[in-house]
Amino acid sequence: MTELSLTEQLALFLPELLLALGAMALLMLGVFQREESGRRIANLAIALTLLALLSALTLPTERAEIFGGSFVIDSFAITMKALALIGVAAALLIGRAFSETQRVGRFEYPILILLSAVGILLMISANDLIALYIGIETQSLALYVLAAWHRDSVKSSEAGLKYFILGALSSGILLYGCSMIYGFGGGIGFAEIAAAPPSAGLTIGCVFALSGLAFKISAVPFHMWTPDVYEGAPTPVALFLASAPKVAALALIARFTLEALPPHAGGEDILTILAIGSMILGAVAAIGQANLKRLLAYSAIGHMGYALIGLIAGGEEGLIALVVYAGIYLLTIIGVFCSLMALRAETRAPQNIEELTGLSQTQPAMAFLLAALLFSLAGIPPLAGFFGKFYVFLSAIEQGFVWLAVIGVVASVIASYYYLRIIKLMYFDDPDISLRMELSPSSRFVLYASGVFALGFILAPRLLSEPAAWAARGLLGLP
Amino acid sequence: MTSTIAILALFLPLAGAAAAMPAARLFGARAAEIAASASVALAAILSVMLFMRTNFGGETADIHLMTWIAMEGFSVSWGIQLDALTGLMFFTVSFVSAVVHIYSIGYMHEDPSRPRFFAYLSLFTFMMLLLVAAPNFLQLFVGWEGVGLASYLLIGFWHQRSAPNDAAIKAFVVNRVGDAGLLLGMAAIVMIFGTLDYDAVFQAVPRMGDQTIALPGGMEVGALNLIGCLLLVGAMGKSAQFLLHTWLPDAMEGPTPVSALIHAATMVTAGVFLIARAAPLYEYAPQAALATALVGGATAFFAASAALVQNDIKRVIAWSTCSQLGYMFAALGLGLYQAALFHLFTHAFFKALLFLGAGSVIHALHDEQDMRRMGGLFKTLPLTWTAMLIGSLSLTGFPLTAGYFSKDAIIEAAAVSSVGTAPLIFALLIAAAIGTAFYSWRLIFMTFHGDYRGDAEILRNAHESPPVMLIPLGLLALGAIFAGGVFAPAFLGDGAEHFWGGAFALRADNKMVEAIHDVPLLIKLTPLAAMVLGFAAALYLWRRPGSANRLARQHVLLYRFLLHKWYFDEIYDRLFARGAYGIGRIFQQRGEGLIDGIGPDGMARRVLQMTRGAVKLQSGYLYHYAFLMIVGLVALMSWILLRA
Repeated sequence: MTELSLTEQLALFLPELLLALGAMALLMLGVFQREESGRRIANLAIALTLLALLSALTLPTERAEIFGGSFVIDSFAITMKALALIGVAAALLIGRAFSETQRVGRFEYPILILLSAVGILLMISANDLIALYIGIETQSLALYVLAAWHRDSVKSSEAGLKYFILGALSSGILLYGCSMIYGFGGGIGFAEIAAAPPSAGLTIGCVFALSGLAFKISAVPFHMWTPDVYEGAPTPVALFLASAPKVAALALIARFTLEALPPHAGGEDILTILAIGSMILGAVAAIGQANLKRLLAYSAIGHMGYALIGLIAGGEEGLIALVVYAGIYLLTIIGVFCSLMALRAETRAPQNIEELTGLSQTQPAMAFLLAALLFSLAGIPPLAGFFGKFYVFLSAIEQGFVWLAVIGVVASVIASYYYLRIIKLMYFDDPDISLRMELSPSSRFVLYASGVFALGFILAPRLLSEPAAWAARGLLGLP
Repeated sequence: MTSTIAILALFLPLAGAAAAMPAARLFGARAAEIAASASVALAAILSVMLFMRTNFGGETADIHLMTWIAMEGFSVSWGIQLDALTGLMFFTVSFVSAVVHIYSIGYMHEDPSRPRFFAYLSLFTFMMLLLVAAPNFLQLFVGWEGVGLASYLLIGFWHQRSAPNDAAIKAFVVNRVGDAGLLLGMAAIVMIFGTLDYDAVFQAVPRMGDQTIALPGGMEVGALNLIGCLLLVGAMGKSAQFLLHTWLPDAMEGPTPVSALIHAATMVTAGVFLIARAAPLYEYAPQAALATALVGGATAFFAASAALVQNDIKRVIAWSTCSQLGYMFAALGLGLYQAALFHLFTHAFFKALLFLGAGSVIHALHDEQDMRRMGGLFKTLPLTWTAMLIGSLSLTGFPLTAGYFSKDAIIEAAAVSSVGTAPLIFALLIAAAIGTAFYSWRLIFMTFHGDYRGDAEILRNAHESPPVMLIPLGLLALGAIFAGGVFAPAFLGDGAEHFWGGAFALRADNKMVEAIHDVPLLIKLTPLAAMVLGFAAALYLWRRPGSANRLARQHVLLYRFLLHKWYFDEIYDRLFARGAYGIGRIFQQRGEGLIDGIGPDGMARRVLQMTRGAVKLQSGYLYHYAFLMIVGLVALMSWILLRA
C-alpha cells in the first residue's frame, strides 16, 4: 500500500472532520446568539449530519489506512458509518421536536450529539488501541452529559451519574487491558497485536479489553447500567443510546476480534458467553418490567446478544448477518422510541406499559405502527426483525453452532412474550385514559420511515443485504 | 366423455355442499335444499350413465386430476380409477343419496338449521364418492376420514341434546381404532411395495407371497397376511363389525335420513368396499381372508341375536344393518367378492327403504321411536306399511325379492367353500337368517298390527307422510323388489365376467362363482326354511299375548344378555372408557406436577423465577453494578485461563 499524502488522508477523514469542525462552529454560534438560536442550530446539525452521511457514502471503497495506520477506511467502515449516521440524524430530528415541546430547548443538545457522533465514527474506523480509546471516550463523554440532560430531575441526574461512574470503570478496565496488550504484544496496531506471540499476559489483556468493549454494547454481565440509564435519560437521549453507539460498538468489536485478537486469546468463548447471557437475560428480565424504557433497555441487551451470534459464527455469512441485524435493529428501535415520544398522557409521555392499554381504540394508526414495530423486534415474519434473526440463526447453523441457534430461538420465544403483552394491552383491553398524539412533521417522518421499513423490508431485502455483503467482504479482505 | 361424466358426478355433490349455506343466507332454506338435492340428483343421473358404461359397456379409465405428493421414488395423485367396482359404487351411493336428499326435504322441514344438514349430507356424498373413486390407498384414506367426519357431524346434528353428542363422539372414537389399523396397513404396504397405487400394489402381490415383516418382539409374520389383517381392522371399524360395532346402534341418535344414507346404505359399506378393492391381496393372504370370514359370521349372528329383543324401531334396523354387513364380510372372506358386492347393492335399497319407512312412522308419531308404544298403524299409514313390508320381505330373503338372490348366494358360498371353518360360518349365517326373519316380523307386527298402545292424541294427529317423502320410498321399494332378480345374472351369473371386467384380479383357482351354481337342493332350501322358521316364531309369539313376556321371564338371564347387546358397552366402559378416564383424572389431579409442571406452566414458572431473580439483581445501587462487572470480568478471565 502506498503512503497517502496528507490531503488524501484528510479527504478520507472528511465525515469526521465535517462533524467535528461543524460542532465547534455551531457551539460558537450558540454561545453568541444565545436564546433564539436553538432551532437554527438543530437544523444546521441535521444538515451537517446528512452532509457527513453523504461524504461517507462517497468515500473510495478500497481499503485505506490513514494517520500512520491509526484509522482504516473500508467498505465495512463506510456501511457502519452510514447506519450510525442514520441513527444520529434520527436522534437529532426527534430531539429537535422534543426540546421544543418540553421547553428545555438548549442549543447544546444537537452539539453534544454531534460530538458523540464524531466519537462514533472514530470507533468504527479505529485501527489501533489509541484510536479505539479516543473514539470510545469522545462518544461517551458527550453521552454522560446527555443522560443527565434534565438537570432538575433526580432520575435523570442519577442516570447520568451512574452512567459516568460505570463508564469510567469500564474505561479503566479497557485501558488496563490495552496496556497489558501493549506490554506483552509489543504494539498497538491491530495487525501487530494479531501477530504477537501467545502469552498469558496478552490473553489477560485481551479479556480486559473485550470486557471494556462489552460495556458499550451493554452485554451481560456489563449491562447493569442500561435499564437505569434508559429510564432516567430523556427519551430522545435513550433513543440515541440505543441506536448509533450500539452500532458503532458492534462494529468496533467486530473489527477488534477479527483483526486484532490473536486466536489463542479466547475471543470466541468470551463472545459466546456474552451472547448467551445477553439473550437470556434480555428476554427474562424484560418480562418483569413495568416501565417502557426499562423494557426497551432489556430488549436492547437481548438484541445485542443476537447480533453477536453473527460475529461468533464468523465467515462471510456471519458478518452479513451481523450487519443486517444491526441495521434492522437500529431502524426498528428508532421507530419504537419515536412512537413512545409522540404519545401524551396529559402533558407527559407514557412511562408505563399499562398506559398503552386500549391504544388501538384511541389511536388506531399509532397502535398499528407500534404493533408492527414490536412484532418486528420480536422477530415475527414477515416483518423486518424476522429476517435479522433468520440471517443470524442461519449463519450460526451453517457454521456448526446449532446449539447457539437453539438457545437464541428459545430466548426469542421467551422475549416475544413481553412484546406480545404490549400488543395485547393495546388491542384487547379497554382504555382507562385517552392518549393524545403530538407528532411534529420530522418525528412523523422518522416514525413512518421506520414503520415502512419494518413492514416493507420483505419486499426489498437486498437494499440492506447487499451493502451488508459488501461490508462483510471488505472486513474479511475478500474481493 | 366417460371421464367428464365421472368428474362431474364426483364434484357436483361438493358444489352442492359448498353452495348450501350461502344459498340459504341469500334465498332462504328452501334454496339450500334445492341446491344440495339437485346437485346430488344430477350426480345420481350421471352415475347411472357411468354404471351403464363401466359395467355393461366394459369401459375403464384412469383419470389423473392432480399430483398430490411427488417425492423421489414415491408419488401419490388425486384421481378417479374408473372400473366396474367404482361404477357400481358410484351408482349405489349417489342414487341412495339423491333419494335421501329428496326425502329429507320433507322429513327435516321443521328444523331451523336444515341448510347445515343439507350441506353435511352433500359433503358426505362427495367424500364417499372420493373414497370409492380413489386410485390409491391414500385418497381412499382421505375419503375414509371425510365420511367419518361427515358422519360425526350428522350424528351430532342435534347438538343441543347430549345423547347425539355422546353418540357422535363414540362413533368417532371407535372409528379411530379402525383407522389406526388402516393407517398401519397402509404403512406396511408402503414398506413392502414402496407405493400406494392400487395397480402397482396388486400387480406385485403374487410376487410378494413369501415376504415377511418382523414385529416388535422378533416375531416374523407373512407380510400379505399382516397387511390383510390390518386392513380388516380398518374395515371392521367403518363397517361396525364384531368388537368394533358399538358405535352403530348409538349412531341412530342422528336424524333418520342420516341413518338411512350413512349408517345403512353407504358409509358402513366402505369396509366391504375396501376389502373388495383389495381382493387381489386377500387372494394371497388366506389367513387374513379366514379372519374376515369369521368376523363376518360372528357379526351376522351376534347382531341378529341382539336385534331380537330391542324395542327402539331404529335400533332394530341398525342391528339388522350390522348383521347384514356381517354377511358381506363372510362372503368376502370366503372369496366370493361378487356376492358381497351384490348384497351391498341390494342391501342399500331395502335397508334405506326400511330406515326411511321407519322415519315415516317416527315422523307421523312425532318422534316416537319405541315400538311398545306403537301398533295398528297400518290403517293410518298404509303406504308406509307397504314400504316396510317390502323392505322386510327383501331383508328376510323372501323368494324373488332382491335380498333373496344376494343373501342366498352368500349362504351357499359358505356351504360349498373348502375353507376348514366354512361349516361353522354356514351355521352362524343360518342362525342369523332365522333371527333376521324373527326380528323383521316382530317389527312389522309390533308397529303396524294389533292395537295402538301409545298416546291417543298423537294417533289422532298422525297422518301419512307427504309425497316428497313417499316418492323416495317408492323408488327404493322398486329397487328392493327388482334389484336382485334383474341384476343377479350380471353379478353372479353368466354375465358376470363381462359385468366385472378386470375389476377383480382373482386367482385362477378361485372358482366360487361357478361353485355356487351347483349346490344341492337341500342347501338351496335351508335359507328359505330358516326364514319360515323365524316368521313362524314371530307369529306364534305375536298371536299369544303375554307369551313373549313369559318367555323373557323364564330365560331372564338370556333375555338380559341379549337386551344389553351381550354387555359389550358395559365391558368396554369398564375396560377402556373408565381406564382412560382414570388416567385422565390422574393427570388432572397430579397434572400440576406432571404435565403442566414440566410442560407449559412449569416453563413459564421457571422463566418467571428467573425474571424475579434478574429484577432483584437490578438493585439500583451503583456499587452492586460495579461489583457485578468485576465479578463478570473475573469469571470470564477464569474461564479463559482455566480452559487454556
